[in-house]
Amino acid sequence: MLGTGLIKGMAETARNFAGSFFQEDRLTTVQYPEERIPTKEAARSFPFLVFDGDDAAKGLRCVSCQICEKECPPQCIYIVKDTTKKPDYMGKLQFQPKIFDIDVSVCMSCQICVEVCPFDAIKMNVEYEMSRFGRFEDLLIHKQQLAKPNEYFHKIHPTDAAEVDARLAAEKLKAEAKAKADAEAKVKAAAAAAAAAAAAATATPATGAAPKPKPATPAAPAAPASVDQPAKPAVTTPPAPSTP
Amino acid sequence: MNFDLAILSLIIAAGSIGAILFRDLVHSVLSLAVTFFGLAGVYLRLGAEFIAFSQVIVYVGAVAILALFVVILTRKGERAAESRFSADRLLPLAVCSMLFVGLAAAAWSSSIKSRPELASATASMRQLGRELMSSYVVPLEVLGLLLTACMIGATILALNDDRESNPDEDKPHSSH
Amino acid sequence: MIELADQLFVVLKREILALLPVAIQPLASVFLSIGPIITVFATLFAVTTILERKGLGRLQNRFGPNRVGPFGVLQPLADGIKALIKEDVVPLRTDRVLHFIAPVIIMAAALLAYSVLPFGRNMIALDLDTGVLFFFAVGASTELAIFMAGWSCRNKYAMLGAMRAIAQMISYEIPLILSTVGVLMTAGTLSTVGIVEAQGGFTGLFPNWHVFTPWGFAGFVLFLIAATAEANRSPFDLPEGESELVAGYFTEYSGFKFAMFFFGEYLGLFAAHALAITLFLGGWHAPVAFLDWVPSYLWFFVKLLGLIVLSIWVRGTMPRLRSDQLMVFAWKFMLPMALVNLLAAGLWRFTGAGPLGWLICGSLVAIAYVWLGSHMALGKPMPKRQYRFAE
Repeated sequence: MLGTGLIKGMAETARNFAGSFFQEDRLTTVQYPEERIPTKEAARSFPFLVFDGDDAAKGLRCVSCQICEKECPPQCIYIVKDTTKKPDYMGKLQFQPKIFDIDVSVCMSCQICVEVCPFDAIKMNVEYEMSRFGRFEDLLIHKQQLAKPNEYFHKIHPTDAAEVDARLAAEKLKAEAKAKADAEAKVKAAAAAAAAAAAAATATPATGAAPKPKPATPAAPAAPASVDQPAKPAVTTPPAPSTP
Repeated sequence: MNFDLAILSLIIAAGSIGAILFRDLVHSVLSLAVTFFGLAGVYLRLGAEFIAFSQVIVYVGAVAILALFVVILTRKGERAAESRFSADRLLPLAVCSMLFVGLAAAAWSSSIKSRPELASATASMRQLGRELMSSYVVPLEVLGLLLTACMIGATILALNDDRESNPDEDKPHSSH
Repeated sequence: MIELADQLFVVLKREILALLPVAIQPLASVFLSIGPIITVFATLFAVTTILERKGLGRLQNRFGPNRVGPFGVLQPLADGIKALIKEDVVPLRTDRVLHFIAPVIIMAAALLAYSVLPFGRNMIALDLDTGVLFFFAVGASTELAIFMAGWSCRNKYAMLGAMRAIAQMISYEIPLILSTVGVLMTAGTLSTVGIVEAQGGFTGLFPNWHVFTPWGFAGFVLFLIAATAEANRSPFDLPEGESELVAGYFTEYSGFKFAMFFFGEYLGLFAAHALAITLFLGGWHAPVAFLDWVPSYLWFFVKLLGLIVLSIWVRGTMPRLRSDQLMVFAWKFMLPMALVNLLAAGLWRFTGAGPLGWLICGSLVAIAYVWLGSHMALGKPMPKRQYRFAE
């Protein structure tokens, strides 16, 4: 019958009206500046630079390889390499950026810089309240503002950060293990060389060929050179393809 | 000197002159509506409230709107600007001036000037209704018949257009 | 004391007039009548905008505006300031005169309608013998102003909006007027004061209001629907629907003129509601006998607020009617219903206000409603859709 639809509709809206005062879950409005919806993990807004540890200058992962600058489609990254080097997390000396600017009015949040960075140095931030009063100069973010600690990275992207950390730690471990193996090998080689030198010195003091302090080229990295075969390492230096 | 009647007459005259002289048809219809309002004012001045408000409802609310719809729906682009004074207008001007002079002479020389001012109409709504239903019932019924005939005619015209443009509709459908 | 409270404004006006010199008393009387009306209804407009926005918000499970004052009550102030300081953009090829006077005429027409409405006992600006007719005459002028607004912009959307608006208004004018004729027959007068006085007194528990009769109830509903359509208010707001026609006939208006249109539309709505209260809901009479001591103007405004809340509720509930649905509703449902209502009101005079009257008139109205409301009169319902390619 004509009119029943209207009455039913009005009953429904009356229920909405009354419920909006008493039921908490009816009103889904987020009162913006006072309440904010927490960002999702996969959200992204603009890039930021990660540094390990407490000091931004010392722990910055970026080695200014400038790959992100070249890959950025709107070319919003500006990098100037510094002449001095600093050690990275593995202790190796790397370059560092003197100037690292991102123009967020140009950046389109495509995340390509994150994808191509070989050092996990640049990651996507989730901060969206980036309005400024100046139109050009205020939207150019510099290195000091871009550098954020690793703990911040963990906070905003926990899974990613955990994965990066695990990978870097594994690499570091592997590098350390290799370095230890190399060191051991080197020690053995040195010992062997010393023994060989001693043996050669007692045998043929004239031929100074043997005690060629063979650089402990990691000939047999895995093979723990047994100590009771001192001559072998010196003689058998098979040019095995070294896999450091 | 009847100040208010003078102003009302001025409004009526201005409205009618505007209705003739405006180039844009919509403007002329709107000044005609001003004339209708002026007439309603005259009726009010004479105390005939019912006639005054009926004048507004019927003329302004229906006739002027009808004229506006006609003007809009039958326009084909803008009207070319024509000069105000051309040879075409001399003949009507002459005829109208002769008419005006004749009517003014007749009114001036009649006994209207010497009569005292007309008392306002004293008929209340009840009296009006009673008169309509008793003394004037035949004209009332004839008017009703006329209006019904008009409505039926309009409906048939609209229905015919509908049937002509959709010959394969065997039942009249609801949307116009 | 109760008498004084009830006649407070009348007494105040009389006292102030007595203080003024005799020469300017008529003029002062006019100003003293219309000044309070304009102030009160302008304030009511401001209150209604915030009430509507918050009410609509709650009806739609959201907050309304709540930033400007505590709970957003100062929002109308912010809106008013915004409307006043906005740049008045007038397109190049508009008709300047028409463009300017259209909002003026709408405001004037809307405000004129208040002069024949009785807000309380002895509180009416113009006690005309033909008050109701004056009200409808003023409504006719509104249509002309809407046409001027749409035409002056030389914009096809504005023109379309104006044509639709006028078509809608003239279609709904007939049920509007016809539904009031029953009241006029019963009260025997066109004067609004007379109609209110004819609704005084109580029969048993119920007051003698016209809404408590079968034809009165149907007439009330018809009048409210037609008044909503006349004021171009949702669900009949196709002429100003934002998603269909930009803003319809006031597309090219900005700033204060836009605010004038809104003001005029809301004032027209209030006037129509006030007339509905006068004709059907007993004007300023109290609904129960023992609450007689409350001043009459307070009852009037309580009823007016009730109708405004109802109008906001309907707006929040119903979707917009399409143009052709609107026309079909007016001509094929409301006009026959109003005529049947008229017949029922006439029969009521012969059967009197008793069980017989309720039986005959009530069944007449109910049968007409059911039959007209069924699909037979309104056209075939849409058949189930046949999809050729989709499942």
